Amino acid sequence: MLVNPIKDGIVLDHIKAGNAMEIYHALGLDELDCQVAIIKNCDSAKMGKKDILKINEHIDINLDVLGYLDPGITVNFIKDSKIYDRKHLELPMEIKDVIKCKNPRCITSTEQELSHIFKLSNREKGVYRCIYCEASAK
Amino acid sequence: MRSLIDIKDLSLEEIDELIETANDIIENPEKYSQKCKGKKLATLFFEPSTRTRLSFEAAMYELGGNVLGFSEANSSSASKGESVADTSRVVSCYADIIAMRHPKEGAPLVASQNASIPVINAGDGGHNHPTQTLADLLTIKREKGRLDNFCIGFCGDLKFGRTVHSLISALSGYKNIKIILISPNELVIPDYIKEEILIKNNIEFVETRSLEEAMPELDVLYMTRVQGERFFNEADYIRLRDSYILDLHKLENAKKDLAILHPLPRVNEISVAVDDDKRACYFKQVLNGKFIRMALIMKLLEVK
Repeated sequence: MLVNPIKDGIVLDHIKAGNAMEIYHALGLDELDCQVAIIKNCDSAKMGKKDILKINEHIDINLDVLGYLDPGITVNFIKDSKIYDRKHLELPMEIKDVIKCKNPRCITSTEQELSHIFKLSNREKGVYRCIYCEASAK
Repeated sequence: MRSLIDIKDLSLEEIDELIETANDIIENPEKYSQKCKGKKLATLFFEPSTRTRLSFEAAMYELGGNVLGFSEANSSSASKGESVADTSRVVSCYADIIAMRHPKEGAPLVASQNASIPVINAGDGGHNHPTQTLADLLTIKREKGRLDNFCIGFCGDLKFGRTVHSLISALSGYKNIKIILISPNELVIPDYIKEEILIKNNIEFVETRSLEEAMPELDVLYMTRVQGERFFNEADYIRLRDSYILDLHKLENAKKDLAILHPLPRVNEISVAVDDDKRACYFKQVLNGKFIRMALIMKLLEVK
Protein backbone atom coordinates (compact mmCIF):
# COMPACT_ATOMS: atom_id res chain seq x y z
CA MET A 1 0.00 0.00 0.00
CA LEU A 2 1.43 3.34 -1.00
CA VAL A 3 0.67 6.77 0.36
CA ASN A 4 2.54 9.54 -1.41
CA PRO A 5 4.96 11.74 0.59
CA ILE A 6 3.67 15.23 1.29
CA LYS A 7 5.43 18.38 0.09
CA ASP A 8 4.22 20.89 2.66
CA GLY A 9 2.53 19.89 5.86
CA ILE A 10 2.84 17.85 9.02
CA VAL A 11 3.41 14.16 9.66
CA LEU A 12 2.53 12.67 13.02
CA ASP A 13 4.66 9.55 13.30
CA HIS A 14 5.01 6.82 15.93
CA ILE A 15 1.38 7.04 17.01
CA LYS A 16 0.54 4.06 19.17
CA ALA A 17 -1.28 1.57 16.94
CA GLY A 18 -5.02 2.12 17.23
CA ASN A 19 -4.80 5.73 18.48
CA ALA A 20 -4.91 7.52 15.11
CA MET A 21 -8.67 8.13 15.06
CA GLU A 22 -8.74 9.54 18.60
CA ILE A 23 -5.96 11.97 17.70
CA TYR A 24 -7.63 12.77 14.38
CA HIS A 25 -10.74 13.93 16.23
CA ALA A 26 -8.94 15.53 19.20
CA LEU A 27 -6.94 17.79 16.87
CA GLY A 28 -10.04 18.64 14.85
CA LEU A 29 -8.55 17.19 11.66
CA ASP A 30 -12.04 16.15 10.57
CA GLU A 31 -12.82 19.85 10.08
CA LEU A 32 -9.96 20.48 7.62
CA ASP A 33 -10.52 20.89 3.88
CA CYS A 34 -7.02 19.67 2.93
CA GLN A 35 -5.97 16.08 2.34
CA VAL A 36 -5.38 14.03 5.49
CA ALA A 37 -4.12 10.46 5.36
CA ILE A 38 -4.84 8.09 8.21
CA ILE A 39 -2.49 5.15 8.05
CA LYS A 40 -3.11 2.39 10.53
CA ASN A 41 -1.07 -0.58 11.66
CA CYS A 42 2.12 0.16 9.72
CA ASP A 43 5.11 -2.05 10.44
CA SER A 44 7.55 -0.35 12.77
CA ALA A 45 11.01 -1.58 13.77
CA LYS A 46 10.72 0.34 17.05
CA MET A 47 7.07 -0.27 17.96
CA GLY A 48 6.04 -3.40 16.06
CA LYS A 49 2.91 -1.64 14.79
CA LYS A 50 2.20 2.08 14.62
CA ASP A 51 -0.24 4.57 13.14
CA ILE A 52 0.67 7.67 11.09
CA LEU A 53 -1.29 10.82 10.25
CA LYS A 54 -0.26 12.94 7.28
CA ILE A 55 -1.71 16.45 6.98
CA ASN A 56 -1.15 18.09 3.61
CA GLU A 57 -1.12 21.64 5.00
CA HIS A 58 0.55 23.62 7.79
CA ILE A 59 -1.84 24.00 10.68
CA ASP A 60 -1.50 25.01 14.32
CA ILE A 61 -1.29 21.85 16.36
CA ASN A 62 -1.85 21.85 20.10
CA LEU A 63 1.25 19.91 21.13
CA ASP A 64 0.03 19.75 24.76
CA VAL A 65 -3.09 17.88 23.69
CA LEU A 66 -1.00 15.61 21.53
CA GLY A 67 1.57 15.02 24.27
CA TYR A 68 -1.18 14.16 26.74
CA LEU A 69 -2.89 11.71 24.39
CA ASP A 70 0.27 9.99 23.22
CA PRO A 71 3.66 11.26 24.41
CA GLY A 72 5.49 8.84 22.09
CA ILE A 73 4.47 10.71 18.92
CA THR A 74 7.06 12.38 16.70
CA VAL A 75 5.87 15.50 14.87
CA ASN A 76 7.62 16.18 11.57
CA PHE A 77 7.16 19.56 9.92
CA ILE A 78 7.67 19.30 6.15
CA LYS A 79 8.53 22.06 3.67
CA ASP A 80 9.48 21.48 0.04
CA SER A 81 9.38 17.74 0.72
CA LYS A 82 12.01 18.04 3.46
CA ILE A 83 11.73 17.81 7.23
CA TYR A 84 12.67 21.26 8.55
CA ASP A 85 11.67 20.70 12.17
CA ARG A 86 11.01 17.65 14.33
CA LYS A 87 9.50 17.53 17.78
CA HIS A 88 9.59 14.58 20.16
CA LEU A 89 6.69 14.98 22.54
CA GLU A 90 6.51 14.46 26.26
CA LEU A 91 3.74 14.70 28.80
CA PRO A 92 2.91 18.41 29.21
CA MET A 93 3.12 19.94 32.70
CA GLU A 94 -0.38 21.40 32.34
CA ILE A 95 -3.39 20.77 30.14
CA LYS A 96 -6.30 23.15 29.85
CA ASP A 97 -9.79 22.20 28.67
CA VAL A 98 -8.61 18.92 27.20
CA ILE A 99 -10.31 16.68 29.74
CA LYS A 100 -13.00 17.41 32.28
CA CYS A 101 -12.84 16.85 36.04
CA LYS A 102 -15.31 14.13 36.95
CA ASN A 103 -15.26 14.70 40.71
CA PRO A 104 -18.83 15.72 41.62
CA ARG A 105 -17.49 17.61 44.66
CA CYS A 106 -15.18 19.78 42.52
CA ILE A 107 -16.06 23.46 42.06
CA THR A 108 -15.86 22.91 38.28
CA SER A 109 -18.96 20.70 38.56
CA THR A 110 -21.15 23.69 39.48
CA GLU A 111 -19.35 26.71 38.02
CA GLN A 112 -19.57 26.07 34.30
CA GLU A 113 -17.41 29.00 33.16
CA LEU A 114 -14.28 27.64 34.85
CA SER A 115 -11.58 26.09 32.68
CA HIS A 116 -10.75 22.49 33.47
CA ILE A 117 -7.03 22.61 34.22
CA PHE A 118 -4.94 19.59 35.15
CA LYS A 119 -1.30 19.43 36.26
CA LEU A 120 1.07 16.51 35.86
CA SER A 121 1.68 15.05 39.31
CA ASN A 122 3.41 11.76 38.50
CA ARG A 123 5.38 11.64 35.24
CA GLU A 124 6.27 7.95 35.51
CA LYS A 125 2.65 6.91 35.79
CA GLY A 126 1.29 9.79 33.68
CA VAL A 127 -1.05 10.94 36.47
CA TYR A 128 -2.73 14.32 36.06
CA ARG A 129 -4.60 16.06 38.89
CA CYS A 130 -7.26 18.76 38.74
CA ILE A 131 -5.79 22.04 40.07
CA TYR A 132 -8.99 22.70 42.05
CA CYS A 133 -9.80 19.43 43.82
CA GLU A 134 -6.64 17.38 43.05
CA ALA A 135 -8.74 14.44 41.81
CA SER A 136 -6.78 12.37 39.31
CA ALA A 137 -7.87 12.22 35.70
CA LYS A 138 -8.99 8.71 34.85
CA MET B 1 -0.63 39.61 47.70
CA ARG B 2 -0.58 36.12 49.17
CA SER B 3 -3.32 33.64 49.89
CA LEU B 4 -3.27 30.33 51.75
CA ILE B 5 -5.18 27.65 49.89
CA ASP B 6 -3.06 24.55 50.52
CA ILE B 7 -0.52 23.91 53.26
CA LYS B 8 1.99 23.31 50.44
CA ASP B 9 1.72 27.03 49.62
CA LEU B 10 3.93 27.69 52.67
CA SER B 11 7.65 26.92 52.83
CA LEU B 12 9.10 25.31 55.96
CA GLU B 13 10.66 28.67 56.82
CA GLU B 14 7.28 30.38 56.59
CA ILE B 15 5.66 27.71 58.78
CA ASP B 16 8.45 28.16 61.33
CA GLU B 17 7.95 31.93 61.19
CA LEU B 18 4.17 31.55 61.80
CA ILE B 19 4.82 29.21 64.73
CA GLU B 20 7.32 31.67 66.17
CA THR B 21 4.80 34.52 65.87
CA ALA B 22 2.02 32.39 67.39
CA ASN B 23 4.26 31.53 70.35
CA ASP B 24 5.04 35.21 70.83
CA ILE B 25 1.30 36.04 70.72
CA ILE B 26 0.71 33.44 73.43
CA GLU B 27 3.47 34.98 75.58
CA ASN B 28 2.62 38.64 74.88
CA PRO B 29 -1.02 38.96 73.78
CA GLU B 30 -1.23 42.68 74.59
CA LYS B 31 1.55 43.41 72.07
CA TYR B 32 -0.77 42.21 69.31
CA SER B 33 -4.09 43.57 70.51
CA GLN B 34 -4.16 46.49 68.03
CA LYS B 35 -2.12 45.03 65.15
CA CYS B 36 -5.11 44.81 62.83
CA LYS B 37 -6.98 47.88 64.01
CA GLY B 38 -9.08 49.22 61.14
CA LYS B 39 -8.81 45.97 59.17
CA LYS B 40 -11.78 43.77 58.31
CA LEU B 41 -11.93 39.99 57.96
CA ALA B 42 -14.75 38.61 55.80
CA THR B 43 -15.78 35.14 56.92
CA LEU B 44 -17.53 33.62 53.90
CA PHE B 45 -18.91 30.34 55.17
CA PHE B 46 -20.97 28.64 52.48
CA GLU B 47 -21.57 25.75 54.85
CA PRO B 48 -21.85 25.79 58.62
CA SER B 49 -18.71 25.31 60.69
CA THR B 50 -19.12 26.89 64.05
CA ARG B 51 -15.69 26.13 65.48
CA THR B 52 -13.55 27.21 62.55
CA ARG B 53 -15.59 30.36 62.00
CA LEU B 54 -15.47 31.32 65.66
CA SER B 55 -11.74 30.66 65.72
CA PHE B 56 -11.18 33.03 62.79
CA GLU B 57 -13.48 35.65 64.27
CA ALA B 58 -11.87 35.42 67.72
CA ALA B 59 -8.44 35.67 66.07
CA MET B 60 -9.38 38.87 64.21
CA TYR B 61 -11.02 40.46 67.28
CA GLU B 62 -7.95 39.72 69.39
CA LEU B 63 -5.86 41.53 66.78
CA GLY B 64 -8.10 44.59 67.18
CA GLY B 65 -9.79 44.09 63.81
CA ASN B 66 -13.39 43.68 62.76
CA VAL B 67 -15.35 40.86 61.19
CA LEU B 68 -18.17 40.71 58.66
CA GLY B 69 -19.62 37.85 56.66
CA PHE B 70 -22.16 35.05 56.60
CA SER B 71 -22.33 31.60 58.10
CA GLU B 72 -24.35 29.66 55.53
CA ALA B 73 -24.92 29.82 51.79
CA ASN B 74 -28.63 30.62 52.20
CA SER B 75 -27.79 34.03 53.62
CA SER B 76 -25.37 34.89 50.79
CA SER B 77 -25.75 35.79 47.13
CA ALA B 78 -24.78 32.22 46.29
CA SER B 79 -28.42 31.35 46.92
CA LYS B 80 -29.25 33.69 44.00
CA GLY B 81 -26.75 31.89 41.81
CA GLU B 82 -23.76 34.21 42.13
CA SER B 83 -20.45 32.58 41.23
CA VAL B 84 -17.59 32.23 43.70
CA ALA B 85 -15.52 34.45 41.40
CA ASP B 86 -18.04 37.29 41.54
CA THR B 87 -18.64 36.95 45.29
CA SER B 88 -14.91 37.25 45.94
CA ARG B 89 -14.58 40.29 43.66
CA VAL B 90 -17.46 42.00 45.46
CA VAL B 91 -16.22 41.17 48.96
CA SER B 92 -12.78 42.51 48.01
CA CYS B 93 -14.45 45.94 47.92
CA TYR B 94 -15.57 45.64 51.55
CA ALA B 95 -12.91 43.70 53.44
CA ASP B 96 -9.13 43.37 53.72
CA ILE B 97 -8.90 39.57 53.92
CA ILE B 98 -11.24 36.61 53.32
CA ALA B 99 -11.59 33.33 55.21
CA MET B 100 -13.70 30.98 53.07
CA ARG B 101 -15.34 27.66 53.80
CA HIS B 102 -17.12 26.02 50.88
CA PRO B 103 -18.57 22.55 50.28
CA LYS B 104 -17.06 22.42 46.78
CA GLU B 105 -13.42 21.44 46.52
CA GLY B 106 -11.29 24.15 44.94
CA ALA B 107 -13.72 27.01 45.62
CA PRO B 108 -11.18 28.99 47.74
CA LEU B 109 -8.64 28.66 44.91
CA VAL B 110 -11.17 30.17 42.50
CA ALA B 111 -11.78 32.94 45.06
CA SER B 112 -8.04 33.65 45.34
CA GLN B 113 -7.76 33.89 41.55
CA ASN B 114 -10.43 36.58 41.47
CA ALA B 115 -10.19 38.49 44.76
CA SER B 116 -7.92 41.49 45.09
CA ILE B 117 -7.33 40.68 48.78
CA PRO B 118 -5.76 37.60 50.44
CA VAL B 119 -7.93 34.49 50.74
CA ILE B 120 -7.57 31.85 53.46
CA ASN B 121 -9.02 28.41 52.80
CA ALA B 122 -11.06 27.56 55.89
CA GLY B 123 -11.97 24.14 54.50
CA ASP B 124 -13.15 23.08 51.05
CA GLY B 125 -15.21 19.89 51.10
CA GLY B 126 -13.08 16.86 51.86
CA HIS B 127 -10.06 18.48 50.26
CA ASN B 128 -7.92 20.97 52.21
CA HIS B 129 -8.01 22.65 55.59
CA PRO B 130 -4.59 24.26 55.91
CA THR B 131 -5.23 26.28 59.09
CA GLN B 132 -6.14 23.05 60.91
CA THR B 133 -2.77 21.69 59.80
CA LEU B 134 -1.05 24.82 61.10
CA ALA B 135 -2.84 24.34 64.44
CA ASP B 136 -1.65 20.70 64.48
CA LEU B 137 1.95 21.75 63.75
CA LEU B 138 1.92 24.47 66.41
CA THR B 139 0.55 21.97 68.95
CA ILE B 140 3.23 19.38 68.12
CA LYS B 141 5.94 22.05 68.31
CA ARG B 142 4.70 23.31 71.68
CA GLU B 143 4.25 19.84 73.16
CA LYS B 144 7.37 18.15 71.80
CA GLY B 145 9.62 21.16 71.32
CA ARG B 146 10.41 20.14 67.75
CA LEU B 147 8.95 19.27 64.37
CA ASP B 148 11.56 16.68 63.44
CA ASN B 149 12.84 13.43 64.94
CA PHE B 150 9.61 11.96 66.23
CA CYS B 151 7.21 9.11 65.60
CA ILE B 152 3.58 9.98 64.88
CA GLY B 153 0.66 7.57 64.65
CA PHE B 154 -2.44 8.43 62.65
CA CYS B 155 -5.40 6.38 63.82
CA GLY B 156 -8.90 5.87 62.45
CA ASP B 157 -10.23 7.02 59.10
CA LEU B 158 -7.11 7.54 57.03
CA LYS B 159 -8.93 7.20 53.71
CA PHE B 160 -11.21 10.22 53.86
CA GLY B 161 -9.53 12.24 56.61
CA ARG B 162 -8.39 15.47 54.95
CA THR B 163 -6.63 16.65 58.12
CA VAL B 164 -4.54 13.47 58.09
CA HIS B 165 -3.54 13.91 54.45
CA SER B 166 -2.63 17.58 54.95
CA LEU B 167 -0.59 16.94 58.09
CA ILE B 168 1.31 14.09 56.41
CA SER B 169 2.01 16.42 53.50
CA ALA B 170 3.26 19.16 55.85
CA LEU B 171 5.45 16.76 57.86
CA SER B 172 7.06 15.41 54.68
CA GLY B 173 9.41 18.39 54.70
CA TYR B 174 10.82 17.67 58.16
CA LYS B 175 13.68 15.32 58.98
CA ASN B 176 13.52 11.89 60.56
CA ILE B 177 9.76 11.57 60.90
CA LYS B 178 8.38 8.07 61.30
CA ILE B 179 4.69 7.60 60.52
CA ILE B 180 2.56 4.70 61.75
CA LEU B 181 -0.75 4.41 59.91
CA ILE B 182 -3.34 2.67 62.07
CA SER B 183 -6.67 1.92 60.42
CA PRO B 184 -9.10 -0.84 59.46
CA ASN B 185 -8.65 -2.32 55.96
CA GLU B 186 -11.68 -0.37 54.78
CA LEU B 187 -10.12 2.99 55.66
CA VAL B 188 -6.42 2.67 54.79
CA ILE B 189 -4.50 5.66 53.48
CA PRO B 190 -4.98 6.16 49.70
CA ASP B 191 -2.22 4.86 47.45
CA TYR B 192 -1.50 8.29 46.01
CA ILE B 193 -0.60 9.65 49.47
CA LYS B 194 1.85 6.77 49.85
CA GLU B 195 3.32 7.12 46.38
CA GLU B 196 3.33 10.89 45.93
CA ILE B 197 4.22 11.96 49.48
CA LEU B 198 5.59 9.17 51.68
CA ILE B 199 7.65 7.17 49.17
CA LYS B 200 8.63 10.21 47.10
CA ASN B 201 10.05 11.95 50.20
CA ASN B 202 11.66 8.80 51.66
CA ILE B 203 9.54 8.95 54.80
CA GLU B 204 9.63 5.84 56.96
CA PHE B 205 6.10 4.51 57.39
CA VAL B 206 4.35 1.39 58.63
CA GLU B 207 0.72 0.31 58.20
CA THR B 208 -0.96 -1.63 60.96
CA ARG B 209 -4.44 -2.58 62.13
CA SER B 210 -3.61 -2.46 65.84
CA LEU B 211 -3.50 0.71 67.93
CA GLU B 212 -2.20 -1.25 70.95
CA GLU B 213 0.79 -2.61 69.01
CA ALA B 214 1.76 0.81 67.71
CA MET B 215 1.24 2.64 71.00
CA PRO B 216 4.63 2.13 72.78
CA GLU B 217 6.57 3.68 69.90
CA LEU B 218 4.50 6.84 69.49
CA ASP B 219 5.56 10.38 70.44
CA VAL B 220 2.38 11.84 68.93
CA LEU B 221 -0.98 10.13 68.37
CA TYR B 222 -3.36 11.81 65.92
CA MET B 223 -6.85 10.38 66.41
CA THR B 224 -9.69 10.62 63.90
CA ARG B 225 -13.21 9.31 63.91
CA VAL B 226 -14.17 6.01 62.30
CA GLN B 227 -17.60 6.72 60.86
CA GLY B 228 -20.13 3.93 60.54
CA GLU B 229 -21.35 5.18 57.16
CA ARG B 230 -17.93 4.44 55.62
CA PHE B 231 -18.46 0.69 56.02
CA PHE B 232 -20.32 -1.55 53.62
CA ASN B 233 -21.96 -3.54 56.38
CA GLU B 234 -22.79 -2.70 59.94
CA ALA B 235 -21.37 -5.94 61.37
CA ASP B 236 -17.87 -4.96 60.20
CA TYR B 237 -18.28 -1.53 61.72
CA ILE B 238 -19.41 -2.83 65.10
CA ARG B 239 -16.59 -5.40 65.10
CA LEU B 240 -13.94 -2.74 64.43
CA ARG B 241 -15.37 0.29 66.15
CA ASP B 242 -14.00 -0.36 69.62
CA SER B 243 -10.50 -1.14 68.31
CA TYR B 244 -10.13 2.49 67.39
CA ILE B 245 -11.51 4.06 70.53
CA LEU B 246 -8.80 5.48 72.71
CA ASP B 247 -9.26 4.81 76.42
CA LEU B 248 -7.06 4.76 79.49
CA HIS B 249 -6.48 1.01 79.14
CA LYS B 250 -4.97 1.46 75.66
CA LEU B 251 -2.78 4.27 77.01
CA GLU B 252 -1.13 2.01 79.60
CA ASN B 253 1.70 1.13 77.21
CA ALA B 254 2.09 4.64 75.86
CA LYS B 255 5.04 6.95 76.49
CA LYS B 256 4.70 9.28 79.46
CA ASP B 257 5.16 12.31 77.21
CA LEU B 258 2.87 11.19 74.38
CA ALA B 259 0.85 14.04 72.84
CA ILE B 260 -2.70 13.05 71.83
CA LEU B 261 -4.19 15.23 69.09
CA HIS B 262 -7.62 15.22 67.44
CA PRO B 263 -8.98 17.74 64.91
CA LEU B 264 -12.41 17.60 66.65
CA PRO B 265 -15.34 17.29 66.80
CA ARG B 266 -14.98 14.11 68.80
CA VAL B 267 -17.87 11.71 68.99
CA ASN B 268 -16.76 8.64 70.91
CA GLU B 269 -13.33 7.80 69.52
CA ILE B 270 -11.58 9.23 72.59
CA SER B 271 -13.04 8.20 75.91
CA VAL B 272 -13.99 11.20 78.07
CA ALA B 273 -11.83 9.69 80.83
CA VAL B 274 -8.76 10.50 78.70
CA ASP B 275 -9.55 14.23 78.84
CA ASP B 276 -8.01 14.54 82.30
CA ASP B 277 -4.81 12.76 81.28
CA LYS B 278 -1.99 15.27 80.85
CA ARG B 279 -1.20 13.70 77.48
CA ALA B 280 -4.54 14.87 76.04
CA CYS B 281 -3.76 17.94 73.91
CA TYR B 282 -6.88 18.26 71.74
CA PHE B 283 -8.40 21.18 73.58
CA LYS B 284 -5.05 22.98 73.64
CA GLN B 285 -5.01 22.32 69.90
CA VAL B 286 -8.24 24.34 69.55
CA LEU B 287 -6.69 27.27 71.40
CA ASN B 288 -3.51 26.98 69.35
CA GLY B 289 -5.71 27.15 66.25
CA LYS B 290 -6.79 30.66 67.21
CA PHE B 291 -3.22 31.83 67.83
CA ILE B 292 -1.84 30.42 64.58
CA ARG B 293 -4.76 32.04 62.69
CA MET B 294 -3.81 35.35 64.30
CA ALA B 295 -0.25 34.88 63.08
CA LEU B 296 -1.49 33.93 59.60
CA ILE B 297 -3.86 36.92 59.29
CA MET B 298 -0.99 39.23 60.25
CA LYS B 299 1.35 37.61 57.74
CA LEU B 300 -1.13 37.79 54.85
CA LEU B 301 -2.06 41.38 55.70
CA GLU B 302 1.68 42.14 55.93
CA VAL B 303 1.22 43.60 59.39
CA LYS B 304 4.48 43.79 61.32
